Amino acid sequence: MKHIKTINKANLKATAAKGGCGKCQASCQSACKTSCTVANQKCER
Amino acid sequence: MIHKYKLCGYNVVLDVNSGGVHIVDDLTYDLLTDVKPPFSEKCPEEVVEKLSKAYKTDDIISCYEEVLEAYKEGVLFSEDDYEQYANVAVASPIKAMCLNIAHDCNLRCEYCFASTGDFGEGRKLMTYETGKKAIDFLLTHSANRENLELDFFGGEPLMNFDVVKQIVEYARSREEEYGKKFRFTITTNGMLLDDDKIDFINKEMSNVVLSIDGRKEVNDRMRKRVDGNGCYDRIIPKYRKLVDKRGDKEYYVRGTYTKYNLDFSEDVFSLVDAGFDQISVEPVVTDPCDPYALTEKDLPVIFKEYEKLMKRILDYEKTGKRFNFFHFMLDLDQGPCAIKRLRGCGCGNDYVAITPDGDIYPCHQFVGEEAYKMGNIDEGTFNYEMKSDFAKMHIYTKPDCCDCWAKFYCSGGCNANNYQYAGDTRKAHVMSCEIEKKRLECAIVLKAIRMGESADPSENE
Repeated sequence: MKHIKTINKANLKATAAKGGCGKCQASCQSACKTSCTVANQKCER
Repeated sequence: MIHKYKLCGYNVVLDVNSGGVHIVDDLTYDLLTDVKPPFSEKCPEEVVEKLSKAYKTDDIISCYEEVLEAYKEGVLFSEDDYEQYANVAVASPIKAMCLNIAHDCNLRCEYCFASTGDFGEGRKLMTYETGKKAIDFLLTHSANRENLELDFFGGEPLMNFDVVKQIVEYARSREEEYGKKFRFTITTNGMLLDDDKIDFINKEMSNVVLSIDGRKEVNDRMRKRVDGNGCYDRIIPKYRKLVDKRGDKEYYVRGTYTKYNLDFSEDVFSLVDAGFDQISVEPVVTDPCDPYALTEKDLPVIFKEYEKLMKRILDYEKTGKRFNFFHFMLDLDQGPCAIKRLRGCGCGNDYVAITPDGDIYPCHQFVGEEAYKMGNIDEGTFNYEMKSDFAKMHIYTKPDCCDCWAKFYCSGGCNANNYQYAGDTRKAHVMSCEIEKKRLECAIVLKAIRMGESADPSENE
């Protein structure tokens, strides 16, 4: 494509169907304890 | 829903529901102001006419075709169909616990949300008996969750370190029987670190959060000892020693910025210069009346500072060195699943905090809020109704989040901050939202630049 460069197609929708296993770290236990960012967490499945 | 923005010469378009990220040229950026589903096969004439003042007709037409292709591929204007998952949100097993091992502190930090350590409830240390009961509570409420997280928090947890050691030993002794694996973490101000504690922490704790605000004068203005002097000179060598001996295990030096240091990129780099490479510096969240509080008037300066930080990080990386800034971390490919992103931190549902008295709260930030006391470990009480209510706390039950482009990145923010500063757990705390959105915009552009992507999409083939 000339006008659009897709740098990430990560399809969140696909993760919805298989997700929710709960193995990943609770987001507030990581570095912050005061402000949430969830998207910087890892999937641990 | 899409979100588009310009930063550092890049035109970025996010497709909120698929997680797609695109770099586009000026024409596409402008076109996306004027078109949205339902799409016709050909670019609407009025759009061509409007854009032809600045762009060639052939380019407008080919650009529209690319937009249409991305739409058909499901990476632009994709549908929001997550609510079906949110609607079946039910109570989860409890897998994470914050153990307030000491409601006491040897510092008197001005901005402390825990009222200088005691959460307004009097200075107390947790006993081993209470800690043991907390471990048992976690073991018996975690159902099929294998990974259990336990954060030693305070106050200052090193003031009760013998009990920390005993609790770790007890928890480890129960792992096999229950088929669980404990991950311990600790958050400390460093004042009482010595060789023994450093070795124990480095052996047992999967992550350690070391509090320090950055430059000596910035740190010492807020992070004071009981006698009023700052703590910087005492903690720096201890932190260095801990980190040097830690190997590859995770750690963060973690600071708070306030109105007094809106030039906080200087503090981030001060920590880099002090030899640290895992850094988190975050905005203070407090009563707007406090003299050091960040207010909406500060936002333009804060935004510029994040941009400055991003550029300084890129310049630093050109020298072949690298450090990690927590809030610019973003894994676009392997991040958490959509289910996790709907509910965020999980406080009160899969995460709870325990006080030295054995009281159970949804998280450490709720401690002392009587209305949110969920039960007591010693008394064997637990409010499952409140737990169910927290289970339903997700982006689709938070009106401000539903239409926000950042909802799958921040997942609804901090429920406690919402309660304390916006008056309702489900009402967004605007300051936190605005800062979060800016950090995300920077993180995405930083990612694109690190991937070697040009700002001109035609050069990116």
